[in-house]
Amino acid sequence: MKLIGEKGVTKVLMITAFSAISILLLIALFIINEGLPFIFKYGAGNFLLSSDWQPHLNKFGIYPMIVASIWVTLGAMIVGAPLGVAGALFLSEYVPRTIMRIVKPTIELLAAIPSVVYGFIGVMVLAPLIRKNFGGPGLSLLAASIILGVMILPTVISISIDSILAVPQSYREGSLALGATTWQTIHMVTIKASKSGIIASIILGLGRAIGETMAVIMVAGNSVNIPHSPLDSVRTLTANIALEMSYATGMHRQALFATGVVLLIVIIILNSIASVAIRKRISKR
Amino acid sequence: MFRKLFSALIAMAVIISISGCGKGKTSLTLAGSTAFQPFAEKLAEKYMTTNPNVTITVQGGGSAVGIQSANSGAAQIGMADLVTLPEDAKALTATVVAKDGVAIVVNPANKIINLTTDQIRDIFNGKITNWKEVGGENAPITVVSREAGSGTRSSFEQIVTNITLKKDALIQDSNGTIRETVANDANSIGYLSHGLLNEKIKALKVDGQDCTVESIVSGNYKLVRPIFLLVKGNLEGEIKNFIDYILSEEGQNTIKKDGLLPAK
Repeated sequence: MKLIGEKGVTKVLMITAFSAISILLLIALFIINEGLPFIFKYGAGNFLLSSDWQPHLNKFGIYPMIVASIWVTLGAMIVGAPLGVAGALFLSEYVPRTIMRIVKPTIELLAAIPSVVYGFIGVMVLAPLIRKNFGGPGLSLLAASIILGVMILPTVISISIDSILAVPQSYREGSLALGATTWQTIHMVTIKASKSGIIASIILGLGRAIGETMAVIMVAGNSVNIPHSPLDSVRTLTANIALEMSYATGMHRQALFATGVVLLIVIIILNSIASVAIRKRISKR
Repeated sequence: MFRKLFSALIAMAVIISISGCGKGKTSLTLAGSTAFQPFAEKLAEKYMTTNPNVTITVQGGGSAVGIQSANSGAAQIGMADLVTLPEDAKALTATVVAKDGVAIVVNPANKIINLTTDQIRDIFNGKITNWKEVGGENAPITVVSREAGSGTRSSFEQIVTNITLKKDALIQDSNGTIRETVANDANSIGYLSHGLLNEKIKALKVDGQDCTVESIVSGNYKLVRPIFLLVKGNLEGEIKNFIDYILSEEGQNTIKKDGLLPAK
Protein backbone atom coordinates (compact mmCIF):
# COMPACT_ATOMS: atom_id res chain seq x y z
CA MET A 1 0.00 0.00 0.00
CA LYS A 2 2.71 2.41 1.01
CA LEU A 3 4.70 1.46 -2.06
CA ILE A 4 1.80 2.20 -4.41
CA GLY A 5 1.45 5.64 -2.87
CA GLU A 6 5.16 6.25 -3.32
CA LYS A 7 5.05 5.28 -7.01
CA GLY A 8 1.90 7.29 -7.57
CA VAL A 9 3.49 10.41 -6.18
CA THR A 10 6.56 9.89 -8.35
CA LYS A 11 4.39 9.57 -11.47
CA VAL A 12 2.29 12.62 -10.63
CA LEU A 13 5.37 14.71 -10.02
CA MET A 14 6.94 13.46 -13.24
CA ILE A 15 3.86 14.34 -15.29
CA THR A 16 3.72 17.78 -13.71
CA ALA A 17 7.39 18.39 -14.40
CA PHE A 18 7.10 17.28 -18.01
CA SER A 19 4.00 19.35 -18.61
CA ALA A 20 5.96 22.49 -17.70
CA ILE A 21 8.72 21.55 -20.12
CA SER A 22 6.35 20.53 -22.86
CA ILE A 23 4.46 23.83 -22.61
CA LEU A 24 7.76 25.64 -23.10
CA LEU A 25 8.52 23.42 -26.09
CA LEU A 26 5.04 23.93 -27.55
CA ILE A 27 5.33 27.70 -27.31
CA ALA A 28 8.78 27.66 -28.90
CA LEU A 29 7.60 25.33 -31.67
CA PHE A 30 4.52 27.43 -32.36
CA ILE A 31 6.47 30.67 -32.66
CA ILE A 32 9.16 29.06 -34.80
CA ASN A 33 6.57 27.37 -36.99
CA GLU A 34 4.77 30.66 -37.63
CA GLY A 35 7.83 32.86 -37.94
CA LEU A 36 10.62 30.85 -39.52
CA PRO A 37 9.00 30.39 -42.97
CA PHE A 38 8.74 34.16 -43.21
CA ILE A 39 12.42 34.63 -42.39
CA PHE A 40 13.38 32.22 -45.18
CA LYS A 41 10.97 33.79 -47.64
CA TYR A 42 11.97 37.38 -46.89
CA GLY A 43 15.65 36.64 -46.35
CA ALA A 44 17.31 36.64 -42.96
CA GLY A 45 19.74 39.38 -43.98
CA ASN A 46 16.98 41.71 -45.16
CA PHE A 47 14.90 41.00 -42.12
CA LEU A 48 17.63 41.40 -39.48
CA LEU A 49 19.85 44.09 -40.99
CA SER A 50 17.52 46.41 -42.84
CA SER A 51 16.15 49.37 -40.93
CA ASP A 52 13.08 49.85 -43.10
CA TRP A 53 9.95 48.82 -41.19
CA GLN A 54 6.96 49.75 -43.34
CA PRO A 55 4.45 46.91 -43.14
CA HIS A 56 2.00 48.50 -45.59
CA LEU A 57 4.74 48.54 -48.26
CA ASN A 58 5.83 45.00 -47.33
CA LYS A 59 9.13 46.22 -45.93
CA PHE A 60 10.06 44.38 -42.78
CA GLY A 61 13.46 45.29 -41.34
CA ILE A 62 13.84 44.92 -37.60
CA TYR A 63 17.45 46.05 -37.14
CA PRO A 64 16.44 49.26 -35.25
CA MET A 65 14.34 47.21 -32.85
CA ILE A 66 17.13 44.74 -32.14
CA VAL A 67 19.45 47.65 -31.38
CA ALA A 68 16.74 49.28 -29.26
CA SER A 69 16.10 46.11 -27.27
CA ILE A 70 19.79 45.73 -26.52
CA TRP A 71 20.19 49.38 -25.49
CA VAL A 72 17.09 49.39 -23.32
CA THR A 73 18.21 46.22 -21.55
CA LEU A 74 21.74 47.54 -21.09
CA GLY A 75 20.31 50.80 -19.78
CA ALA A 76 18.16 48.92 -17.29
CA MET A 77 21.29 47.02 -16.18
CA ILE A 78 23.24 50.24 -15.73
CA VAL A 79 20.46 51.69 -13.59
CA GLY A 80 19.30 48.58 -11.78
CA ALA A 81 22.34 46.38 -11.21
CA PRO A 82 24.53 48.76 -9.14
CA LEU A 83 21.54 49.96 -7.13
CA GLY A 84 20.34 46.42 -6.55
CA VAL A 85 23.69 44.90 -5.63
CA ALA A 86 24.65 47.84 -3.40
CA GLY A 87 21.27 47.65 -1.72
CA ALA A 88 21.63 43.93 -1.17
CA LEU A 89 25.13 44.33 0.31
CA PHE A 90 23.99 47.09 2.63
CA LEU A 91 20.94 45.19 3.81
CA SER A 92 22.79 41.94 4.40
CA GLU A 93 26.10 43.20 5.81
CA TYR A 94 25.53 46.55 7.51
CA VAL A 95 21.97 46.44 8.79
CA PRO A 96 20.78 44.30 11.72
CA ARG A 97 19.01 41.16 10.52
CA THR A 98 15.70 42.12 12.07
CA ILE A 99 15.52 45.34 10.04
CA MET A 100 16.60 43.47 6.92
CA ARG A 101 13.73 41.03 7.46
CA ILE A 102 11.29 43.94 7.34
CA VAL A 103 12.90 45.87 4.49
CA LYS A 104 13.49 42.94 2.12
CA PRO A 105 9.81 41.91 1.79
CA THR A 106 8.96 45.58 1.33
CA ILE A 107 11.33 45.80 -1.61
CA GLU A 108 9.92 42.56 -2.97
CA LEU A 109 6.54 44.27 -3.05
CA LEU A 110 7.93 46.31 -5.95
CA ALA A 111 7.61 43.15 -8.02
CA ALA A 112 3.90 43.01 -7.25
CA ILE A 113 3.20 46.39 -8.86
CA PRO A 114 1.72 45.78 -12.31
CA SER A 115 3.91 46.95 -15.16
CA VAL A 116 1.17 49.22 -16.49
CA VAL A 117 1.45 51.21 -13.24
CA TYR A 118 5.19 51.62 -13.77
CA GLY A 119 4.43 52.77 -17.30
CA PHE A 120 1.86 55.23 -16.05
CA ILE A 121 4.30 56.74 -13.56
CA GLY A 122 6.86 56.90 -16.36
CA VAL A 123 4.50 58.79 -18.65
CA MET A 124 3.18 61.15 -16.00
CA VAL A 125 6.30 61.89 -13.95
CA LEU A 126 9.49 60.69 -15.58
CA ALA A 127 8.92 61.70 -19.21
CA PRO A 128 7.99 65.34 -18.42
CA LEU A 129 11.02 65.56 -16.11
CA ILE A 130 13.35 64.32 -18.85
CA ARG A 131 11.74 66.63 -21.40
CA LYS A 132 12.16 69.67 -19.16
CA ASN A 133 15.70 68.97 -18.02
CA PHE A 134 17.36 67.34 -21.01
CA GLY A 135 15.12 68.16 -23.99
CA GLY A 136 13.85 65.73 -26.60
CA PRO A 137 10.40 64.19 -26.55
CA GLY A 138 10.74 62.75 -23.03
CA LEU A 139 9.37 59.37 -24.04
CA SER A 140 12.76 57.90 -24.68
CA LEU A 141 15.42 55.26 -24.28
CA LEU A 142 16.45 56.96 -21.03
CA ALA A 143 12.93 56.86 -19.59
CA ALA A 144 12.55 53.19 -20.51
CA SER A 145 15.93 52.34 -18.98
CA ILE A 146 15.13 54.04 -15.68
CA ILE A 147 11.68 52.47 -15.39
CA LEU A 148 13.03 49.01 -16.25
CA GLY A 149 15.96 49.54 -13.90
CA VAL A 150 13.51 50.08 -11.05
CA MET A 151 11.39 47.14 -12.16
CA ILE A 152 14.30 44.70 -11.95
CA LEU A 153 15.39 45.94 -8.50
CA PRO A 154 13.33 43.43 -6.48
CA THR A 155 14.70 40.51 -8.51
CA VAL A 156 18.30 41.68 -8.19
CA ILE A 157 18.07 42.63 -4.51
CA SER A 158 16.24 39.62 -3.21
CA ILE A 159 18.28 36.97 -5.03
CA SER A 160 21.53 38.80 -4.21
CA ILE A 161 20.61 38.95 -0.52
CA ASP A 162 19.82 35.24 -0.51
CA SER A 163 23.17 34.37 -2.06
CA ILE A 164 25.10 36.75 0.20
CA LEU A 165 23.42 35.29 3.27
CA ALA A 166 24.36 31.81 2.05
CA VAL A 167 28.05 32.67 2.49
CA PRO A 168 29.13 30.84 5.68
CA GLN A 169 29.56 33.14 8.66
CA SER A 170 32.95 31.54 9.34
CA TYR A 171 34.35 33.14 6.14
CA ARG A 172 33.53 36.59 7.45
CA GLU A 173 34.79 35.74 10.93
CA GLY A 174 38.06 34.49 9.48
CA SER A 175 38.55 37.65 7.47
CA LEU A 176 37.67 39.92 10.39
CA ALA A 177 40.01 37.95 12.65
CA LEU A 178 42.85 38.67 10.23
CA GLY A 179 42.27 42.36 10.84
CA ALA A 180 40.24 43.23 7.74
CA THR A 181 37.62 45.99 8.00
CA THR A 182 33.96 45.31 7.19
CA TRP A 183 34.30 46.74 3.67
CA GLN A 184 37.50 44.76 3.04
CA THR A 185 35.69 41.64 4.18
CA ILE A 186 32.77 42.42 1.90
CA HIS A 187 34.69 43.02 -1.30
CA MET A 188 37.43 40.47 -0.74
CA VAL A 189 35.45 37.65 0.81
CA THR A 190 31.67 37.97 0.73
CA ILE A 191 31.29 39.26 -2.85
CA LYS A 192 33.78 36.71 -4.15
CA ALA A 193 32.01 33.87 -2.42
CA SER A 194 28.55 34.93 -3.59
CA LYS A 195 29.55 36.12 -7.05
CA SER A 196 27.63 33.45 -8.96
CA GLY A 197 24.44 34.24 -7.08
CA ILE A 198 24.82 37.97 -7.68
CA ILE A 199 25.45 37.40 -11.39
CA ALA A 200 22.46 35.08 -11.53
CA SER A 201 20.30 37.79 -9.98
CA ILE A 202 21.42 40.28 -12.60
CA ILE A 203 20.73 37.79 -15.38
CA LEU A 204 17.24 37.12 -14.10
CA GLY A 205 16.70 40.88 -13.97
CA LEU A 206 18.01 41.12 -17.52
CA GLY A 207 15.49 38.49 -18.59
CA ARG A 208 12.70 40.55 -17.10
CA ALA A 209 13.98 43.74 -18.71
CA ILE A 210 14.23 42.37 -22.24
CA GLY A 211 10.83 40.71 -22.05
CA GLU A 212 8.96 43.62 -20.49
CA THR A 213 6.39 45.05 -22.86
CA MET A 214 3.65 47.18 -21.38
CA ALA A 215 5.78 49.64 -19.44
CA VAL A 216 8.16 49.96 -22.39
CA ILE A 217 5.38 50.69 -24.88
CA MET A 218 4.15 53.45 -22.61
CA VAL A 219 7.48 55.21 -21.98
CA ALA A 220 9.76 54.45 -24.93
CA GLY A 221 7.88 56.43 -27.60
CA ASN A 222 7.94 53.49 -30.04
CA SER A 223 9.45 55.13 -33.09
CA VAL A 224 11.25 52.72 -35.38
CA ASN A 225 14.55 54.46 -35.11
CA ILE A 226 18.17 53.62 -34.36
CA PRO A 227 18.87 55.73 -31.27
CA HIS A 228 21.73 58.25 -31.43
CA SER A 229 21.35 59.45 -27.87
CA PRO A 230 19.56 58.26 -24.72
CA LEU A 231 16.96 60.95 -25.37
CA ASP A 232 15.80 59.39 -28.64
CA SER A 233 12.59 57.46 -28.81
CA VAL A 234 12.93 53.75 -29.55
CA ARG A 235 10.82 50.66 -30.20
CA THR A 236 11.86 47.33 -28.73
CA LEU A 237 11.16 43.89 -30.22
CA THR A 238 8.46 43.15 -27.65
CA ALA A 239 6.78 46.52 -28.17
CA ASN A 240 6.74 45.94 -31.92
CA ILE A 241 4.85 42.67 -31.52
CA ALA A 242 2.36 44.04 -29.01
CA LEU A 243 1.70 47.29 -30.89
CA GLU A 244 0.92 45.78 -34.25
CA MET A 245 -0.41 42.32 -33.43
CA SER A 246 -4.04 43.34 -33.27
CA TYR A 247 -4.00 44.80 -36.77
CA ALA A 248 -1.61 42.53 -38.55
CA THR A 249 -2.73 40.13 -41.24
CA GLY A 250 -0.86 37.99 -43.79
CA MET A 251 2.82 38.83 -44.28
CA HIS A 252 2.72 41.46 -41.55
CA ARG A 253 1.47 38.92 -39.01
CA GLN A 254 4.15 36.43 -40.01
CA ALA A 255 6.75 39.18 -39.69
CA LEU A 256 5.62 39.77 -36.11
CA PHE A 257 5.97 36.07 -35.33
CA ALA A 258 9.41 36.22 -36.90
CA THR A 259 10.15 39.10 -34.54
CA GLY A 260 9.18 36.69 -31.77
CA VAL A 261 11.65 34.14 -33.12
CA VAL A 262 14.42 36.75 -33.04
CA LEU A 263 13.47 37.69 -29.48
CA LEU A 264 13.59 34.03 -28.49
CA ILE A 265 17.04 33.63 -30.06
CA VAL A 266 18.36 36.83 -28.45
CA ILE A 267 17.18 35.65 -25.04
CA ILE A 268 18.71 32.19 -25.55
CA ILE A 269 22.03 33.77 -26.58
CA LEU A 270 22.04 36.16 -23.60
CA ASN A 271 21.20 33.39 -21.17
CA SER A 272 23.86 31.07 -22.54
CA ILE A 273 26.52 33.80 -22.37
CA ALA A 274 25.47 34.40 -18.79
CA SER A 275 25.45 30.79 -17.72
CA VAL A 276 28.85 30.24 -19.33
CA ALA A 277 30.11 33.23 -17.37
CA ILE A 278 28.78 31.78 -14.17
CA ARG A 279 30.33 28.40 -14.85
CA LYS A 280 33.71 29.98 -15.60
CA ARG A 281 33.67 31.88 -12.33
CA ILE A 282 32.72 28.79 -10.41
CA SER A 283 35.45 26.66 -11.96
CA LYS A 284 38.03 29.41 -11.31
CA ARG A 285 37.26 29.37 -7.63
CA MET B 1 -17.02 30.17 8.44
CA PHE B 2 -15.13 29.27 5.29
CA ARG B 3 -17.64 26.60 4.38
CA LYS B 4 -20.44 29.14 4.61
CA LEU B 5 -18.55 31.57 2.43
CA PHE B 6 -17.82 28.82 -0.05
CA SER B 7 -21.44 27.70 -0.34
CA ALA B 8 -22.54 31.31 -0.69
CA LEU B 9 -20.10 31.72 -3.57
CA ILE B 10 -21.39 28.59 -5.28
CA ALA B 11 -24.97 29.74 -4.87
CA MET B 12 -24.06 33.06 -6.41
CA ALA B 13 -22.33 31.41 -9.34
CA VAL B 14 -25.37 29.21 -9.97
CA ILE B 15 -27.76 32.16 -9.87
CA ILE B 16 -25.58 34.16 -12.24
CA SER B 17 -25.26 31.33 -14.74
CA ILE B 18 -28.99 30.58 -14.67
CA SER B 19 -29.96 34.19 -15.16
CA GLY B 20 -27.42 34.43 -17.99
CA CYS B 21 -29.04 31.67 -20.07
CA GLY B 22 -32.05 33.18 -21.72
CA LYS B 23 -34.12 31.00 -24.00
CA GLY B 24 -34.55 31.58 -27.72
CA LYS B 25 -32.16 34.51 -27.82
CA THR B 26 -30.45 35.69 -30.98
CA SER B 27 -26.88 36.80 -30.47
CA LEU B 28 -24.98 39.24 -32.62
CA THR B 29 -21.27 39.97 -32.49
CA LEU B 30 -19.65 43.17 -33.70
CA ALA B 31 -15.89 43.44 -34.04
CA GLY B 32 -13.37 45.91 -35.44
CA SER B 33 -12.70 49.64 -35.35
CA THR B 34 -11.73 50.92 -31.91
CA ALA B 35 -12.92 54.40 -32.91
CA PHE B 36 -16.49 53.17 -33.30
CA GLN B 37 -16.38 50.55 -30.54
CA PRO B 38 -17.62 52.80 -27.68
CA PHE B 39 -20.49 54.02 -29.88
CA ALA B 40 -21.42 50.49 -30.91
CA GLU B 41 -21.46 49.48 -27.25
CA LYS B 42 -23.81 52.32 -26.35
CA LEU B 43 -26.08 51.59 -29.32
CA ALA B 44 -26.14 47.89 -28.51
CA GLU B 45 -27.05 48.61 -24.90
CA LYS B 46 -29.99 50.78 -25.92
CA TYR B 47 -31.11 48.34 -28.58
CA MET B 48 -31.07 45.45 -26.11
CA THR B 49 -33.32 47.26 -23.65
CA THR B 50 -36.05 47.54 -26.28
CA ASN B 51 -35.31 44.13 -27.85
CA PRO B 52 -34.67 41.79 -24.91
CA ASN B 53 -34.54 38.74 -27.17
CA VAL B 54 -31.27 39.90 -28.76
CA THR B 55 -27.83 39.78 -27.18
CA ILE B 56 -25.18 41.94 -28.80
CA THR B 57 -21.50 41.62 -28.04
CA VAL B 58 -19.08 44.32 -29.15
CA GLN B 59 -15.39 43.63 -29.57
CA GLY B 60 -12.52 45.89 -30.66
CA GLY B 61 -9.42 44.81 -32.51
CA GLY B 62 -9.11 47.45 -35.20
CA SER B 63 -10.47 47.89 -38.70
CA ALA B 64 -8.40 45.08 -40.18
CA VAL B 65 -9.86 42.70 -37.61
CA GLY B 66 -13.35 43.98 -38.45
CA ILE B 67 -12.93 43.08 -42.12
CA GLN B 68 -11.29 39.77 -41.31
CA SER B 69 -13.90 38.63 -38.82
CA ALA B 70 -16.81 39.63 -41.05
CA ASN B 71 -15.24 37.57 -43.83
CA SER B 72 -14.54 34.56 -41.64
CA GLY B 73 -17.87 34.71 -39.83
CA ALA B 74 -16.26 35.20 -36.43
CA ALA B 75 -18.47 38.28 -36.15
CA GLN B 76 -21.75 38.92 -37.95
CA ILE B 77 -20.94 42.60 -38.28
CA GLY B 78 -17.46 44.02 -38.86
CA MET B 79 -16.66 47.65 -38.11
CA ALA B 80 -14.12 49.58 -40.16
CA ASP B 81 -13.14 53.25 -40.29
CA LEU B 82 -11.26 53.60 -43.56
CA VAL B 83 -11.42 56.08 -46.39
CA THR B 84 -11.51 53.32 -48.96
CA LEU B 85 -12.17 49.68 -48.22
CA PRO B 86 -9.43 47.22 -49.20
CA GLU B 87 -9.83 44.40 -51.75
CA ASP B 88 -10.83 41.73 -49.25
CA ALA B 89 -13.79 43.80 -48.07
CA LYS B 90 -15.27 44.12 -51.58
CA ALA B 91 -17.40 41.00 -51.18
CA LEU B 92 -19.03 42.33 -48.02
CA THR B 93 -22.14 44.48 -47.82
CA ALA B 94 -20.93 47.81 -46.51
CA THR B 95 -23.19 50.37 -44.83
CA VAL B 96 -21.95 53.79 -43.80
CA VAL B 97 -23.39 54.40 -40.33
CA ALA B 98 -21.43 57.46 -39.26
CA LYS B 99 -18.69 59.85 -40.22
CA ASP B 100 -15.71 60.83 -38.17
CA GLY B 101 -13.38 63.77 -38.56
CA VAL B 102 -9.67 63.37 -37.98
CA ALA B 103 -8.51 66.34 -35.92
CA ILE B 104 -4.94 67.63 -36.12
CA VAL B 105 -4.09 68.42 -32.51
CA VAL B 106 -1.40 70.36 -30.68
CA ASN B 107 -0.79 71.39 -27.10
CA PRO B 108 -2.98 74.33 -25.95
CA ALA B 109 0.25 76.25 -25.19
CA ASN B 110 1.05 76.24 -28.90
CA LYS B 111 0.17 79.54 -30.61
CA ILE B 112 -0.37 78.03 -34.06
CA ILE B 113 -4.04 77.90 -35.07
CA ASN B 114 -3.93 76.90 -38.72
CA LEU B 115 -1.84 74.59 -40.90
CA THR B 116 -2.18 73.87 -44.60
CA THR B 117 -2.30 70.32 -45.88
CA ASP B 118 1.18 70.81 -47.38
CA GLN B 119 2.56 71.95 -44.03
CA ILE B 120 1.00 68.95 -42.27
CA ARG B 121 2.53 66.62 -44.85
CA ASP B 122 5.96 68.24 -44.48
CA ILE B 123 5.78 68.05 -40.67
CA PHE B 124 4.88 64.35 -40.65
CA ASN B 125 7.46 63.60 -43.34
CA GLY B 126 10.17 65.37 -41.34
CA LYS B 127 10.79 68.21 -43.83
CA ILE B 128 9.60 70.82 -41.35
CA THR B 129 11.15 70.17 -37.95
CA ASN B 130 10.79 73.47 -36.12
CA TRP B 131 7.62 75.33 -35.19
CA LYS B 132 9.14 78.64 -36.36
CA GLU B 133 9.00 77.38 -39.97
CA VAL B 134 5.21 77.46 -39.81
CA GLY B 135 4.95 80.68 -37.82
CA GLY B 136 5.31 79.43 -34.29
CA GLU B 137 7.99 79.66 -31.65
CA ASN B 138 11.54 78.44 -32.08
CA ALA B 139 11.06 74.90 -30.77
CA PRO B 140 11.55 71.45 -32.30
CA ILE B 141 8.40 69.65 -33.41
CA THR B 142 7.61 66.31 -31.80
CA VAL B 143 5.49 64.29 -34.22
CA VAL B 144 3.13 61.73 -32.66
CA SER B 145 1.49 59.15 -34.90
CA ARG B 146 -0.41 55.87 -34.65
CA GLU B 147 0.90 52.36 -35.24
CA ALA B 148 0.85 50.78 -38.71
CA GLY B 149 -2.57 49.28 -39.41
CA SER B 150 -4.58 51.82 -37.44
CA GLY B 151 -7.69 52.97 -39.27
CA THR B 152 -7.18 56.54 -38.10
CA ARG B 153 -3.62 56.52 -39.41
CA SER B 154 -4.45 55.08 -42.79
CA SER B 155 -7.35 57.54 -43.21
CA PHE B 156 -5.06 60.41 -42.24
CA GLU B 157 -2.36 59.29 -44.66
CA GLN B 158 -4.81 58.69 -47.51
CA ILE B 159 -6.40 62.12 -47.19
CA VAL B 160 -3.20 64.12 -46.68
CA THR B 161 -1.49 61.94 -49.34
CA ASN B 162 2.21 61.20 -49.93
CA ILE B 163 3.10 60.64 -46.31
CA THR B 164 6.23 58.71 -45.45
CA LEU B 165 6.25 59.12 -41.71
CA LYS B 166 9.57 60.39 -40.42
CA LYS B 167 11.68 57.86 -38.59
CA ASP B 168 11.78 59.44 -35.16
CA ALA B 169 8.06 60.12 -34.86
CA LEU B 170 6.63 58.83 -31.60
CA ILE B 171 4.13 56.01 -32.03
CA GLN B 172 1.18 55.62 -29.67
CA ASP B 173 -1.26 52.75 -29.88
CA SER B 174 -4.60 54.46 -29.28
CA ASN B 175 -6.46 57.74 -29.67
CA GLY B 176 -6.36 58.15 -25.90
CA THR B 177 -2.59 57.85 -25.54
CA ILE B 178 -2.10 60.28 -28.45
CA ARG B 179 -4.22 62.74 -26.52
CA GLU B 180 -2.19 62.24 -23.32
CA THR B 181 1.11 62.62 -25.15
CA VAL B 182 0.06 65.81 -26.91
CA ALA B 183 -1.46 67.21 -23.71
CA ASN B 184 1.83 66.61 -21.89
CA ASP B 185 4.27 67.89 -24.50
CA ALA B 186 4.10 71.56 -25.50
CA ASN B 187 5.94 70.97 -28.80
CA SER B 188 4.05 67.97 -30.08
CA ILE B 189 1.57 67.47 -32.90
CA GLY B 190 -0.67 64.47 -33.47
CA TYR B 191 -4.03 63.47 -34.90
CA LEU B 192 -7.03 61.70 -33.46
CA SER B 193 -10.71 61.03 -33.89
CA HIS B 194 -12.83 64.20 -33.71
CA GLY B 195 -15.07 62.45 -31.20
CA LEU B 196 -12.26 62.32 -28.66
CA LEU B 197 -11.28 65.98 -28.58
CA ASN B 198 -11.25 67.64 -25.17
CA GLU B 199 -9.98 70.76 -23.45
CA LYS B 200 -6.50 69.31 -22.77
CA ILE B 201 -5.57 69.57 -26.44
CA LYS B 202 -6.21 72.04 -29.25
CA ALA B 203 -7.57 71.10 -32.67
CA LEU B 204 -6.00 73.08 -35.52
CA LYS B 205 -7.74 74.54 -38.52
CA VAL B 206 -6.76 72.74 -41.69
CA ASP B 207 -6.53 74.96 -44.79
CA GLY B 208 -8.49 77.56 -42.83
CA GLN B 209 -11.35 75.21 -41.98
CA ASP B 210 -12.34 74.55 -38.36
CA CYS B 211 -12.59 70.99 -37.15
CA THR B 212 -16.17 71.34 -35.95
CA VAL B 213 -19.33 69.31 -36.51
CA GLU B 214 -20.81 71.99 -38.80
CA SER B 215 -17.74 72.27 -40.95
CA ILE B 216 -17.39 68.49 -41.24
CA VAL B 217 -21.07 67.99 -42.12
CA SER B 218 -20.95 70.75 -44.73
CA GLY B 219 -17.91 69.05 -46.29
CA ASN B 220 -15.54 71.99 -45.83
CA TYR B 221 -13.23 70.20 -43.44
CA LYS B 222 -11.42 67.62 -45.53
CA LEU B 223 -10.05 65.16 -42.98
CA VAL B 224 -13.17 63.02 -42.73
CA ARG B 225 -13.60 59.29 -42.98
CA PRO B 226 -16.71 57.13 -43.08
CA ILE B 227 -17.38 54.36 -40.58
CA PHE B 228 -18.55 51.19 -42.25
CA LEU B 229 -20.47 48.25 -40.90
CA LEU B 230 -19.61 45.19 -42.95
CA VAL B 231 -21.87 42.19 -43.31
CA LYS B 232 -21.33 39.00 -45.26
CA GLY B 233 -24.21 38.43 -47.64
CA ASN B 234 -27.41 40.46 -47.64
CA LEU B 235 -28.81 42.45 -44.76
CA GLU B 236 -31.59 40.44 -43.18
CA GLY B 237 -33.14 39.42 -39.88
CA GLU B 238 -31.74 40.79 -36.65
CA ILE B 239 -28.64 42.14 -38.40
CA LYS B 240 -30.78 44.34 -40.61
CA ASN B 241 -32.94 45.40 -37.65
CA PHE B 242 -29.91 46.49 -35.68
CA ILE B 243 -28.33 48.40 -38.56
CA ASP B 244 -31.68 50.02 -39.29
CA TYR B 245 -31.82 51.04 -35.65
CA ILE B 246 -28.37 52.66 -35.90
CA LEU B 247 -29.50 54.56 -39.00
CA SER B 248 -32.78 55.58 -37.37
CA GLU B 249 -33.15 59.02 -35.85
CA GLU B 250 -32.67 57.70 -32.33
CA GLY B 251 -29.52 55.81 -33.25
CA GLN B 252 -28.04 58.71 -35.19
CA ASN B 253 -28.77 61.03 -32.28
CA THR B 254 -26.88 58.74 -29.92
CA ILE B 255 -23.94 58.84 -32.30
CA LYS B 256 -24.12 62.62 -32.59
CA LYS B 257 -24.38 63.25 -28.87
CA ASP B 258 -21.01 61.64 -28.23
CA GLY B 259 -19.04 63.42 -30.91
CA LEU B 260 -19.34 61.32 -34.07
CA LEU B 261 -21.22 62.67 -37.06
CA PRO B 262 -24.37 61.22 -38.56
CA ALA B 263 -24.06 59.32 -41.81
CA LYS B 264 -26.18 61.69 -43.83
